[in-house]
Amino acid sequence: MEYEIKPSGKFNLNLRELWDYRELFYFFTWRDIKIKYKQTALGVVWAVLQPFLMMVVFTVFFGQALGIKNSMSNIPYPVFVYSGLMLWNVFSNGLSGAANSMVSNANIIKKIYFPRLIIPVSAILVPLFDFIMVLIIYVALLIYYHFSIRWSFVLYLPAGLFITLLTTFGLGSFIAALNVKYRDFKYVVPFLIQLLLFLTPVIYPVSILSQEWMKTILSLNPMAGAIDLVRSSITGTEMDGPLFLTSCFSSVFIFFVGLYYFRRTEYYFADLA
Amino acid sequence: MKPILEIQNISKKFRIHHEHQPYLSMRDRISSLFQNKSKRDDEDFWALKNISFSVNPGESIGIIGKNGAGKSTLLKILSRITPPTGGKIISRGRIASLLEVGTGFHAELSGKENVFLNGSILGMKRKEIEKKFDEIVDFSGVEKFLDTPLKHYSSGMQLRLAFAVAAFLEPEILIIDEVLAVGDAEFQKKCIGKMDEISKNEGRTVLFVSHNMGAIRNLCSRAMYLKKGEFSFSGHPDETIEKYLDESVLPSEHKRNHIESKNGSFTLRLPYWVDEEGNPVTVYNYGSNYRLRFEFDFHRQVKMVNPGFAVLNRDGSRIFTSHLIDDQRCEIPKDVMGRVVIDTDLKIPELEPGRYQVIFGVADEHNYAHISANEETEVVLEIATTNKIKDGAKGLLWHTSEWHVQG
Repeated sequence: MEYEIKPSGKFNLNLRELWDYRELFYFFTWRDIKIKYKQTALGVVWAVLQPFLMMVVFTVFFGQALGIKNSMSNIPYPVFVYSGLMLWNVFSNGLSGAANSMVSNANIIKKIYFPRLIIPVSAILVPLFDFIMVLIIYVALLIYYHFSIRWSFVLYLPAGLFITLLTTFGLGSFIAALNVKYRDFKYVVPFLIQLLLFLTPVIYPVSILSQEWMKTILSLNPMAGAIDLVRSSITGTEMDGPLFLTSCFSSVFIFFVGLYYFRRTEYYFADLA
Repeated sequence: MKPILEIQNISKKFRIHHEHQPYLSMRDRISSLFQNKSKRDDEDFWALKNISFSVNPGESIGIIGKNGAGKSTLLKILSRITPPTGGKIISRGRIASLLEVGTGFHAELSGKENVFLNGSILGMKRKEIEKKFDEIVDFSGVEKFLDTPLKHYSSGMQLRLAFAVAAFLEPEILIIDEVLAVGDAEFQKKCIGKMDEISKNEGRTVLFVSHNMGAIRNLCSRAMYLKKGEFSFSGHPDETIEKYLDESVLPSEHKRNHIESKNGSFTLRLPYWVDEEGNPVTVYNYGSNYRLRFEFDFHRQVKMVNPGFAVLNRDGSRIFTSHLIDDQRCEIPKDVMGRVVIDTDLKIPELEPGRYQVIFGVADEHNYAHISANEETEVVLEIATTNKIKDGAKGLLWHTSEWHVQG
């Protein structure tokens, strides 16, 4: 084993090194999950409780008040909002976790070397664990409302999740890197998540938007495509093709921008953190 | 045999940002945005300048130097935590660093969980940890508390567990920074033993940074003296330590003769030794009646001054401390003004001949330091060798017991 230590040079993905350190992904994720539910009375139930209660609140207030309920004939509002929320929670929890991950692990970064990318990735894997719990309730919900589980669901759900993860990683690692230098992002992230919730069709359907330009803006949000994909898979309705494609592209774009920026700046994290 | 580590012209630059005054208002802050960048008060600081050396497999190298000499920066570059600004390092083995033991320990996790987490952060594979788990626990001596969250451990137990994990790392190159400064004496002994085993029996390469000269002397085959980012000397540990101690104890040429107190109320001439007639002397002979003289010049009235000094040996251990206020018979100078001379008798216990470091300070009535004792305020006490003491004198004190032979 021979290697060189040199001044930081060009962008280098170095996948082999990431592979060598693969166990650390597991350990960081395991640690975060463990700590998250340590000393809580309800434990993992919290993972399910949050989206479930949100679903109830949205159904009672928004569903009724906004009259969204009536504009959809083929899907009950609770199922509709829950299918949005479960992906949204992966995104929002993953984003806030990843964004703070470099700063909260500063003590380790300053003392031990390992590929820094492991930290934001592990932070995103934590809500993915929650997602599995959330999914069980979702399936129960589908059965309760007499939906048949189609093949498209089994196929589209991982695809939607994949788009969500790409986006979360891209944005999360980008902000994580920025957060090391500018702690302003600690305040930006919660606000950003709040804002994005309204720019994502979680509680309302895309069809509610009358203007075409609004739809175009919405489709730039990868989460819109991911959520739409999952919803159309359970109702069996045709999904919005252009919306989906645009979302795909923008998620890949966000992914690479985040990855690139993180890798370019990671050398100096120990000096700045 | 190829060297396991080749360090070639490594330099590291830090940018220091000087902010003379805090931003007073939003307007200041905004206007500073438009200032020319070069005009801003940034300064480059070279923590390391063209460091080159190579290490052969199995060598254990000690690195010594004052605080801020660049020791830790060098180790950080070697362990890839921070990149060098220039130069190159070729490494032919896995490097693991113990820059601080217990990195990544989490208070909420149990001892067992922390062993796995910490081991894997330090670069061990899970299988390796499982294999060595019993040995690690055995070494740490906390087997009873393995399932207890770490937050209920005493700090000593945490440290032992942390060092135990680190001790069972098996890198080709091990980097250690000051870990031996902590823990109780028994555990320190255990750690030194383990390090000895690593470097001597297992043929592992060790880089060791410490202020503990004894440990460097015992553990290292070569030592390097780092001074202001450059190697000042490198060679046999004894020689290097000698060099370092000589330089750090001897007053440098730049040392000021007069020291200003913090609030500017007086200046103090650098204390010096005088004999019975008041003539300055440099070397102390046993039996002579010397005194340490403090010469004050008060610019304005000062309520009270309390000078003191401490004698340190070459390893930096404090042998004794003395303050004016401790002497019940002496009248404490109050409301003083102008020139004041304070002498203290130098009744030294029987110290081994050699060179000692004397640091001094001056406190006020609230024990607040007018002049604080540190490296800048130090003088030398040289105790002359006498023919009474043979070369073999070992220990802190020169002590001759009376011996009685009977029968």
